Amino acid sequence: MAAVDDLQFEEFGDAATSPAANPGATTIHIEGPSESPTHQPGLPRGSGGEEDDELLGNDDSDKTELLAGQKKSSPFWTFEYYQTFFDVDTYQVFDRIKGSLLPIPGKNFVRLYIRSNPDLYGPFWICATLVFAIAISGNLSNFLIHLGEKTYHYVPEFRKVSIAATIIYAYAWLVPLALWGFLMWRNSKVMNIVSYSFLEIVCVYGYSLFIYIPTAVLWVIPQKAVRWILVMIALGISGSVLAMTFWPAVREDNRRIALATIVTIVLLHTLLSVGCLAYFFDAPEMDHHLPATTAAPNQTAAAAK
Amino acid sequence: MAKAAESSGDPGTTIPRPLFAGLSDISISQDIPVEGEITIPMRSQIREFDSSTLNESVQNTIMRDLKAVGKKFMHVLYPRKSNTLLRDWDLWGPLILCVTLALMLQRSSVDSEKDGGPQFAEVFVIVWFGAVTITLNSKLLGGNISFFQSLCVLGYCILPLTVAMLVCRLVLLAEPGPVNFMVRLFVVIVMFAWSIVASTAFLADSQPPNRKALAIYPVFLFYFVISWMILTFTPQ
Repeated sequence: MAAVDDLQFEEFGDAATSPAANPGATTIHIEGPSESPTHQPGLPRGSGGEEDDELLGNDDSDKTELLAGQKKSSPFWTFEYYQTFFDVDTYQVFDRIKGSLLPIPGKNFVRLYIRSNPDLYGPFWICATLVFAIAISGNLSNFLIHLGEKTYHYVPEFRKVSIAATIIYAYAWLVPLALWGFLMWRNSKVMNIVSYSFLEIVCVYGYSLFIYIPTAVLWVIPQKAVRWILVMIALGISGSVLAMTFWPAVREDNRRIALATIVTIVLLHTLLSVGCLAYFFDAPEMDHHLPATTAAPNQTAAAAK
Repeated sequence: MAKAAESSGDPGTTIPRPLFAGLSDISISQDIPVEGEITIPMRSQIREFDSSTLNESVQNTIMRDLKAVGKKFMHVLYPRKSNTLLRDWDLWGPLILCVTLALMLQRSSVDSEKDGGPQFAEVFVIVWFGAVTITLNSKLLGGNISFFQSLCVLGYCILPLTVAMLVCRLVLLAEPGPVNFMVRLFVVIVMFAWSIVASTAFLADSQPPNRKALAIYPVFLFYFVISWMILTFTPQ
């Protein structure tokens, strides 16, 4: 048995090896990762330096670039490949929806919420809910508008569900495809700092459509003014989310092309909402509406004279 | 064992004896049998079972499947957390329910030009493709339920809504009016809630805990759409 003293560790106090006490000894000093922005030499410092940092999420853009390369390593014919697109938790989906409802000027939706983890759950199920919300509330609104008419026979209008599905899914997938192709083409001509992958663009478009779900439900109210105010509000919110997301991607480009891109994005969004309102919801005509049943005798008597 | 018990039976001792201390003192006496026969009693029965399902009458076969389907119907009507639906899944019940629902929901061919309710094929496609999509969604989110088990549960939980359809059809034979509509609305809402509760009781455990809401929401949407189709059914 060895003596207990031999098993004692030798204590190396700080005083023994500090550079002051032992100037001849070599010491190794290891630094942690530095937080100063000077470690990223490739970024130009423009006049909107602060904005750039926030929009690009510079505090961990290094990490996100690293992580982006490590995902999606399975080949595309395995089930695990598609599972990486559904790698979100409940609170993450809620956060992304909240981010699409409250666009904060200066905060980029993709950098803030998606962070190289684009998911397909949100876009797919938000579009599915929107399809049924538009079809059902359109049907309900038509029923309420034509309620008192004698010649009106209620039909469920089931055909409109498939039309709504075609429109919404085409918008949510083809417009991002076109936008992604356009950004790639401009990227080859002008060196852009920010470029989004196709799935991130699909994600932004999918989550930006969320505001239309409560809007479609509220469109049941058969007042023209109410409906147009709702269109304005929804367009303002989702349009600003899209504009703030894509502005950093086109800002470095020719001024006119950048503006044209943003205007086209917002215009297509407007076209979708106004088109849905016009096609699925009949115009409320005030003649057949509620006043006809309450004050009808006087008015019809007066009109008949 | 008796010897060990005697030696430790002294009431005054406080020294704890180690475990199995008296084991070495035991000798096996002649009256503890350690020999016997090893037979497999099931073997002859299995052979009989195989030939019996091949030679049994058609009525027996059908009744056995119908009984299994009926047992699962009972599990849906009184949902408890049990594994019966998941363990022995079958797709007969969902098929019967889907065909019944689609037959009752289809519009008559007279007004096929006007934009009316869904056709048989549309209902069928919505039910089956909806169930497949929900199953794929739950598997992609990381749930550990098999494909057909999930289809089985979703199909069987349409039973309350099929009952609602039957009740609505009966109620629609009476004169139309707001009371008629209120009764149908109430029945459909109750059956919709029943379907959701039943399917959640069976499916919720197989999802990862932080994604339960993500997996349950499509089920809610699916049954909501079917309830809407039932509620808006108008006979010609």
